[in-house]
Amino acid sequence: MESVDGAVRTLPSIGRLSRGLPFGRPHGQFGLSPSGRLLPPALRSQENADPRRTAFLLHKQWTLYSVTPLYRFSNTRLRDYARLLSAFIAAEKQKGLAVEIGVELDIKVAVSSIPDLKGSDQDQAAILVQLSLRSPASSKNSEEKLIWLGWFCCVSGDDLSENVPEDFTCLPLFLANGAESYTSIVGSWFQKTFDCCFRRLAISPLNLSWMAAMWTGCKVDKTASAMELVFSVPHLPQPLDISYAIHPEDAKALWDTVQKTPGEITQEEVDVFMDCLYSHFHRHFKIHLSATKLVKVSTAVASAHCDGIIKVRF
Amino acid sequence: MQRRQSSKTPKQPLQVHHKNQTDLSAWRKGGRIDLENSVQNDQSPNDQKNDSKQDSLEQALSYFEKVQDRVSLKKNDVLQKHLNTVESIALQRGLPPEGFDVLLNVALSGKLADTVNTRLLKSLVPASVIPENSVISSVSWLCVSKCSSNIQLLFLRWLITVFDFIDHKEQLHALYGFFFSFLQDEKMCPYVCHLLYLLTRKESVKPFRIRRLLDLQAKMGMQSHLQALLSLYKLFCPELVTITLPGKMKTYFKNSEGPWKAAINTVRRRNQENSPVSRLLFLGTAQPQSRKRKWNTQLIIPASSTNQNNLEEDREKNHVDLYSMNESFPVEQLQTFSQLLQNIHHLEFPSQMGSVLTNPLLLHYMNCIKDESIYLRLYYWMGQTLQEECTWCVADSQYEEEFKDFLETVYKTECFLQEGFSSCEEFLYRSLPLWDGFCCRSQILRLVSWIPLSSFSEMKSHLYDPLAQLFFTSSLYFKCSVLESLKELLQNWLNWHVIHLDSESDSQVYSSNTTLSGLVNVVAELIHFVGWISTAALRLENNPTFLLYFILDFYETVCDMYLRYNLPLLIMPPAGVFYPALLSMDSVSLNQLCYIMYRYRTNLVAAKQNELSKKKILQFKFSSQTYQEYNQYIIAMVGCLWTSSAFQKDIHPQGLRMDDELLKKTTVQEFKTSFNIVYHPAMMGYAVLFLQQAWPDDTTFNFSLIKGKKWNWYLEYLYAQGLKGLKVFIESSINRVSQASHSKAGNVQV
Repeated sequence: MESVDGAVRTLPSIGRLSRGLPFGRPHGQFGLSPSGRLLPPALRSQENADPRRTAFLLHKQWTLYSVTPLYRFSNTRLRDYARLLSAFIAAEKQKGLAVEIGVELDIKVAVSSIPDLKGSDQDQAAILVQLSLRSPASSKNSEEKLIWLGWFCCVSGDDLSENVPEDFTCLPLFLANGAESYTSIVGSWFQKTFDCCFRRLAISPLNLSWMAAMWTGCKVDKTASAMELVFSVPHLPQPLDISYAIHPEDAKALWDTVQKTPGEITQEEVDVFMDCLYSHFHRHFKIHLSATKLVKVSTAVASAHCDGIIKVRF
Repeated sequence: MQRRQSSKTPKQPLQVHHKNQTDLSAWRKGGRIDLENSVQNDQSPNDQKNDSKQDSLEQALSYFEKVQDRVSLKKNDVLQKHLNTVESIALQRGLPPEGFDVLLNVALSGKLADTVNTRLLKSLVPASVIPENSVISSVSWLCVSKCSSNIQLLFLRWLITVFDFIDHKEQLHALYGFFFSFLQDEKMCPYVCHLLYLLTRKESVKPFRIRRLLDLQAKMGMQSHLQALLSLYKLFCPELVTITLPGKMKTYFKNSEGPWKAAINTVRRRNQENSPVSRLLFLGTAQPQSRKRKWNTQLIIPASSTNQNNLEEDREKNHVDLYSMNESFPVEQLQTFSQLLQNIHHLEFPSQMGSVLTNPLLLHYMNCIKDESIYLRLYYWMGQTLQEECTWCVADSQYEEEFKDFLETVYKTECFLQEGFSSCEEFLYRSLPLWDGFCCRSQILRLVSWIPLSSFSEMKSHLYDPLAQLFFTSSLYFKCSVLESLKELLQNWLNWHVIHLDSESDSQVYSSNTTLSGLVNVVAELIHFVGWISTAALRLENNPTFLLYFILDFYETVCDMYLRYNLPLLIMPPAGVFYPALLSMDSVSLNQLCYIMYRYRTNLVAAKQNELSKKKILQFKFSSQTYQEYNQYIIAMVGCLWTSSAFQKDIHPQGLRMDDELLKKTTVQEFKTSFNIVYHPAMMGYAVLFLQQAWPDDTTFNFSLIKGKKWNWYLEYLYAQGLKGLKVFIESSINRVSQASHSKAGNVQV
């Protein structure tokens, strides 16, 4: 998943942190984009993975956050975390009333590990947080309504996972689906408990164009919907968006002429691909899309908005 | 019931020894009450009045001790008299420790009418301490409920107010369960909560008590006193209970001070005490987040709160602590430096490291702890925050003031720790190329001064290049600010170097000389950079004195690096700095330059001596080029200021050397002397004033009069005018053959 790149880049290299020992520190590149990358290791499920366990992430809109490494997070204590978190949610919802930890509360919290969701073997397993509402009518927890979902994952951060020091767990991407009030409570609890820091993850136009190219190259069945690019025109008193829809087969044909090595994409190829689309648009409408800002990419595979909202369809 | 013992020797100063308080009352900022002082004050000698008062108080106390039946106040003059005595003495001087047992006993036993009991309780103002025994016995009176509920309430309020005056609290803690049982009384509940709040320790928090409090909460709804107690329970046992306090809450316990507070203050003021008992409650409520912005899009430095994650882990592991202190001290309670010292062995960092930025005590603690993870936690948080909040990097950020404050806080923390944060360094490298040089200017430039010393090879492209770009295109003021912060950067690096030399002098820090040479290279790079931008800036701005001052200020540090900072490196200023300073129109610059050249000389001489003595093989020698440059400058300087031969003798390629023919074409008469200490444009003002004083009648301003003995007088005059730099320069660098003759002076080369 391309969007993750932003999260990865926010994490600095951890070469030196010994205080006052300044030498021999490797410095990362500051905010530079990689010029080429391999395709697409992200979220590759293990061969023997159960697709049902990861099905929950499809067809939902996810808001992206980047998260700094979690301090003293332990995979063996997920049940405790659920208990504490559910009491915290109850206390936050009824500010001023104390809540005993461990009793059954209106909102049930489940924290679980999803080993299938990771970019590579070195990665941490993804952590899923589910909030569900117990229906007051039936005392048995047969009736539970899922109200909020969020998951942390680690995506192909090979060097990151290797470099994370003891006591820290690297799950740099957080995806949330549901009311922001719950995101806020759950996020605050994680921030307080594991001394991490959540930030909304915006996706730059450059990365959006990468997604457009990558997703164009994916094989889907022929009934797939059109590829749509949305551009926003800057410096106008009124917001003006330009929507550019392309038949998926046309886009695929164009991409196939651009891409040289299957399984690998370079920045140059992405630029060529986008430039072709721009010049085509200019020929018909006399508008230079290169002067606008790409804000949304939507394909049959997935869609992504620059505000850090994605949806995976397939 | 305990009998009192202390009343037998009422005039003996009490020797009360405090155990170290670990109870909650010790949290507050004021510290403790100095008991012995107050007792001694109470016993001030040869005070007849005091003695007579003392006698009548003793009589009153013995009366109250013996009083048996219900005595009516109206009909009994004796009671009235003693009551008045107690009241007036209490309000004026406070009651001695031995008085409390008697008075509490009588007030709570219900022997007398409630009006009397109330008046007695109200006059229980301590002069020094309150013996724990008297409190214990009164609690037992409370349990047998001989007195009315009003008196019970009054007693509780009194107990809360004077809690800090009780000399010991161990037995009182043992009565925790008794107090807890009073919670069910609806009237007493708020006061009992407050008292429990003061008494609660970690071991007092039990699941059954939590359940009882939650039941009360369910019955009575949201009550601030219950909230306060439950929050405290949460603080001690976050794995058992949790509560989120509403942001607006300010007071948790109302009006518990009662009628005593003012009297206690008066008595204390009279007794010259200095520890105010201010009942501060500091439940860790984080600042309320504004509702306007989305979650976590606001820059908030988290509040210190206990790391519940760790607490629980400890409990589960059930591990045995070496210090047999299985509990950790909650950071919320850390309010004073002495608490820090007492609890430093079982203190834990807050759950969110970012909170240390606003907590000086934790910064002290941080300074003592060599744990990588605390720096790492801070690093992650700060890196993320800086990057996300940077006003000029993030397109739609409109919160410049907030960001400014944050940068300010970070800078102050760096100053406090005397150490730069690497997250800040990375932030600067990332954001400087995009910076307009205007937004948060002073904050950014101050952060630059704390960039950690490193051999990072890309310093040039990440720091110097973007900085130079802004430097050349910005105002004079900006240029000076950049020079100032680079000077501080240099000083911080040098300080770091010195400290590390000191702390590890035995273990050969730089055993492989690569590190020291790396350091020397980095420092040299900075100095060369400053030399380069200074030269260019002087030309761009036409040599203003203001700019020259900041440049020379930088070199004041550079010229002393060998002796003051033990760094084997000396770099001379470039000619583009040296000559403008030498020919400056301003005596301040010239004087500064003289001082700098004097320090260069001192450092170079010391280096040469070290080299010659060869006691140890030196890893670093100054290059002969440094000496050569120094000599060229000194020739030019002495030639200018002293021997009037600069135009002939200056051998610096960018120097003042000029042909006589060319000089003659300028039609300046006496061109040779035009830059000596009399004719130099920076000095001429002094020469005029000197002439006026030496020859008051002469109005021709004949400067050539200043020679021979007068020359020496003139020098003395200049020194007296505060030109100390000139003084040390001339005294060190000019070899005056004889004091009488000035013309033969020569320069000393090293």
